[in-house]
Amino acid sequence: MVEALFWPALLGYGEAAVAYASARTARAATWGVRLGWLAQTALLAAQAVRADGFPWSTWAASLNLFVWLVVGTYLIWGCRPRFRLLGLAVMPLAAALFVVARLGGGTRGGSVGGYGSLFLVLHVGLVLAAFAGFTLAAALAALYLWQERRLKSRAPDILRLRLPPLQSLERLTWRTVAVSLPLLTLGLAAGVVRMREQRAGFDALEAVTLLTWLVYGGFLVLRPSGRRASYLALGGFALVIVTRLALAGSHFA
Amino acid sequence: MTGIALVGLSHHVAPVELRERVTLDLPAAAELARSLGDAVCLSTCNRTELYIAGVDDDEAAAALEALAREPLDGVLYRLHEDAAALHLFRVAAGLDSLVPGEGEILGQVRDAYEAALPGPVLDRVFRQALAVGKRVRTETAIGESPASVSSAAAALAAQVFGDLTSRRVLLVGAGRIGELAASSLAARGAEVAFVANRTVETAAELAHRFGGVAIPLDEIPARLGEVDVVVSSTSSPEPVVHARDVPARRRSPLFFIDIAVPRDVDPALGGLSGCFLYDIDDLEAVVAETLAGRRAEADRAEQLVAEEVERFRRWRAALDVVPAIASLRARAEEIRTAELAKVRVSDDERRTLESVTSQILNKLLHLPTVRMKEAAVSADGAVYADAVRHLFGLEEEPR
Repeated sequence: MVEALFWPALLGYGEAAVAYASARTARAATWGVRLGWLAQTALLAAQAVRADGFPWSTWAASLNLFVWLVVGTYLIWGCRPRFRLLGLAVMPLAAALFVVARLGGGTRGGSVGGYGSLFLVLHVGLVLAAFAGFTLAAALAALYLWQERRLKSRAPDILRLRLPPLQSLERLTWRTVAVSLPLLTLGLAAGVVRMREQRAGFDALEAVTLLTWLVYGGFLVLRPSGRRASYLALGGFALVIVTRLALAGSHFA
Repeated sequence: MTGIALVGLSHHVAPVELRERVTLDLPAAAELARSLGDAVCLSTCNRTELYIAGVDDDEAAAALEALAREPLDGVLYRLHEDAAALHLFRVAAGLDSLVPGEGEILGQVRDAYEAALPGPVLDRVFRQALAVGKRVRTETAIGESPASVSSAAAALAAQVFGDLTSRRVLLVGAGRIGELAASSLAARGAEVAFVANRTVETAAELAHRFGGVAIPLDEIPARLGEVDVVVSSTSSPEPVVHARDVPARRRSPLFFIDIAVPRDVDPALGGLSGCFLYDIDDLEAVVAETLAGRRAEADRAEQLVAEEVERFRRWRAALDVVPAIASLRARAEEIRTAELAKVRVSDDERRTLESVTSQILNKLLHLPTVRMKEAAVSADGAVYADAVRHLFGLEEEPR
């Protein structure tokens, strides 16, 4: 029953992923994002009600939560006509990850949470929220590089296929990272507390996450401009991908 | 019913030497319209058109020939009814303009309409034309892209910086095209901070107009660190801005618009990090591409115009049968009232009878009314109206 909510959410995200391809259907795409996100919110709420403990403790369930955070962040920042191409970058990724979450069993209801402590809930929630922000920052950085390349190459269609201005993209990327990094910092702090409590060792995922924190910390401190800023944001996101997909299994196990 | 007609000439058929003789300012155009009667005169640099209702179009043509001081056979176009409405709707939508989708014409149509005193049919067609123009601009992207080199330059700068407010511009050269580009940037909020020219006196004049500072050409390298946009349009045979002049460590991009031929800006500069360079060929390619986009949008706009013309046609057709319907209802009401007057009943009974007979009348006439309106739309309205007049003896009623 709970899992049935997966389909309207996927339908909304899928529709948005396709409809953002054309300026004429961008408005319908935005509605797809909104309705899909509401459906996923209902799915997560139902999971939370039925679960015993924190319901998103498996890697697949956390991916489900991650998708919700990514789309939620997109709804706050970029759900505007000028950011149509940002939607085209974010929504197919969100839809694909959402399907992966389902295939991994992350959208089922009534799971038994492996984590119980408040610290741990904060740890997972905050880290995932930060990663969602970094995902959006990476999409903005990619758009920056594309727009910069089009301007440099003097593409004749530069005013027909309009992207947000370069400086707006740069500013938004920085702000998104500036909001996300404190969340990661708090999430990591919660994780360290738990690690000390359990006298657990340092695993590979934790090492890469720490590296991610250093990269984004450097991004905020050095505040690079232009292409360098975009490359750094994308580099940080590559580490996020590694932690979310390549190493997540070992950590959650 | 009074029909509408259009008599006029435009850039499609008349050369500028002729158009300039018949172009009128707003008060003169309104005066000409009033002298003709129920008319609106739309006069711009690209067209002078008289929209008339119940006025002989020869009279309108004569008025234009008097302005031109020569016969206008073969130049004037005359359109009637739906064709005249279609033309006006296309004009208001910018589809008949030299640059498809240009927005100025809609304001000119509004001014012409407001300055005249049109009758009900012209009033309706002009109000609908204004709505069509607005609809085309909101539902299509026909007016979004720049149509000139100077406006394209400003739009490109906005693609880099976003809001141009407080962005500083260095204008190199005091030529007309550079000035236009600087004006487009200033219109978007940019500040023309410096005007550099070989002759500083000429630069001072232009700088004064923009509220900037005049500088000699050799001061350009020193000022590049203080500006965001450089517009260059000198007639110098050698480049006046070199890659080596650009400050090495800049946080903000530097956007160069080189409108000069031969080029003023060293092409190597476009390869520098954070620097963007557009020359005249690049700008013209961008304009050509946006105009192509406008033409694609124009197809969608034509569909909207066609829908509106159909609405207008239905409205006009319905007007043809309205007098017959009104006559029929008036006659029926007259009979009902007269027959009721013959009946001797109490007040309560009379009220009941009034109500019942009114309902009978309304039910009886409802279907013929609907059918006549439907027939009017399918062009049989006049036949039906005549038939009703004949069957119910309404021939003496006003049409």
